[in-house]
Amino acid sequence: MSVAEVVGELRSGMTIGVGGWGSRRKPMALVRAIARAGLTGLTVVGFGGPDVGLLIAAGCVRRVVTGFVSLDSIPLEPHFRRARQEGTVALTELDEGMLYWGLLAAAHRLPFLPMRAGLGSDVPRVVPELRTVRSPYPDGEEFLAVPALPLDAALIHLNRADERGNGRYLGPDPYFDDLFCLAARRRYLSCERVVGTTELVDAGPPQGLLVNRMMVDGVVATPNGAHFTSCVPDYGRDEAFQREYASAAASPAGWERFRETYLDGDEDDYQKAVRAR
Amino acid sequence: MSEPTRAEVCVVACAEAWRGDGAILAAPMALVPRLGARLAQLTFAPDLVLSDGEATLVHGGTVEGWLPYRAVFQVVAAGRRHAMMGASQLDRHGNQNISCIGDWSRPSAQLLGVRGAPGNTVNHVVSYWVPRHSPRVFVERVDMVCGIGYDRAGALGAPANRFHEIRTVVTDLAVLDFATPDHRMRLRSVHPGVTAAEVARATGFPLAAPADVPRTRLPTAAELALIRDLDPEGLREKEVR
Repeated sequence: MSVAEVVGELRSGMTIGVGGWGSRRKPMALVRAIARAGLTGLTVVGFGGPDVGLLIAAGCVRRVVTGFVSLDSIPLEPHFRRARQEGTVALTELDEGMLYWGLLAAAHRLPFLPMRAGLGSDVPRVVPELRTVRSPYPDGEEFLAVPALPLDAALIHLNRADERGNGRYLGPDPYFDDLFCLAARRRYLSCERVVGTTELVDAGPPQGLLVNRMMVDGVVATPNGAHFTSCVPDYGRDEAFQREYASAAASPAGWERFRETYLDGDEDDYQKAVRAR
Repeated sequence: MSEPTRAEVCVVACAEAWRGDGAILAAPMALVPRLGARLAQLTFAPDLVLSDGEATLVHGGTVEGWLPYRAVFQVVAAGRRHAMMGASQLDRHGNQNISCIGDWSRPSAQLLGVRGAPGNTVNHVVSYWVPRHSPRVFVERVDMVCGIGYDRAGALGAPANRFHEIRTVVTDLAVLDFATPDHRMRLRSVHPGVTAAEVARATGFPLAAPADVPRTRLPTAAELALIRDLDPEGLREKEVR
């Protein structure tokens, strides 16, 4: 598939899960394309990073479902921060583990999974739809019933994949990308390189084959497509560019310059502008 | 060797939080606690498990295992972990806020979000590190309960609250704990050069304190050498200003 074809299958108002974690292995090329396409009213589910920030800045987001939005080396995501303070996006604020559990419930086609995380905290106050459930066994313990988080679409970025949708991560952490795919109706995998199946299988241990073609509907090669987040071992985070992003986001004029320089063209223009710095 | 700095006293105070914990995951969320956890692992708590902050487990300078995020959530649920988190606000019961300041629906300052604080505090031991002890942090009431304190845990009741324990709060001025009959915050020790009155002034609620407040222990010569070896550039001094 092409990036445009992936975005062409998405619709305004969808609930979209984005893989990676914070500012790590985010499918940024797909995120940039969604921002360009001007989809609106999206609910974005994930361990939030600059994916959330960019989509908010482009006016695509109605609601964020997350436990945090962070750039890791810069603790606070500036666009998310401003949107919260100006009241322009809705938030379903969950404990990180609850997010994991909600995706797992959706992946298993269960309406909820019981969990301790969240009990006693203000999470149920700010997410009033949360309910508890009591163990039917003699312990009788009460748990939070973490509702399933089914996704209309999942977007993930891996190091390698074949054309059929088998994919491998090469870094130290799979994050939850397999789970995002399992929780979603439509699943799109971008990767650094599309390779033959044999090369994919030979590129590392079988445990690194995080997703298979039952879990993926579309594959798209987006070299440097997680930039400026990390995609080790192919590349680390572009800290200098991330700082540029964060300081640009601090003022409307700064952001306008950043958008004109990097985001108004297509993905090739973006990569060229990044190289030209 | 030069005299220990305030930051080095704080590193040792953080290390002490993990004393006696055995083979559990120490999860420090800032530099001074991280140095503390590593110091503890290298000295009196050799069984502590530590990650590199990403997905690799390290003992001393040696890689010993793999712990991606998904496995961290399992460790949290299993209870084999003691985290030392930060706190933008903390109240006398140990309720902690790192999510936002002001009304949640339209915060005056959006911060990190709840992160893993609800799950951490209901599942395993948690301590806190506050590099700047002030009435802005130590407040009557936190704006959003992320990490649950003793009053919230008490309201949950048994058996839901059986894994809840807030062990220590280390700040740039003092060590605090909840060793009072009703689990209200108490001054356990003041760092060298700090008075109990100074800590009281920097705390936005009445703090329980013994008549004679002990002094936080100093690093030993061996500990001091290890700290300076672990952080040769002295980044710890920037965290405690």
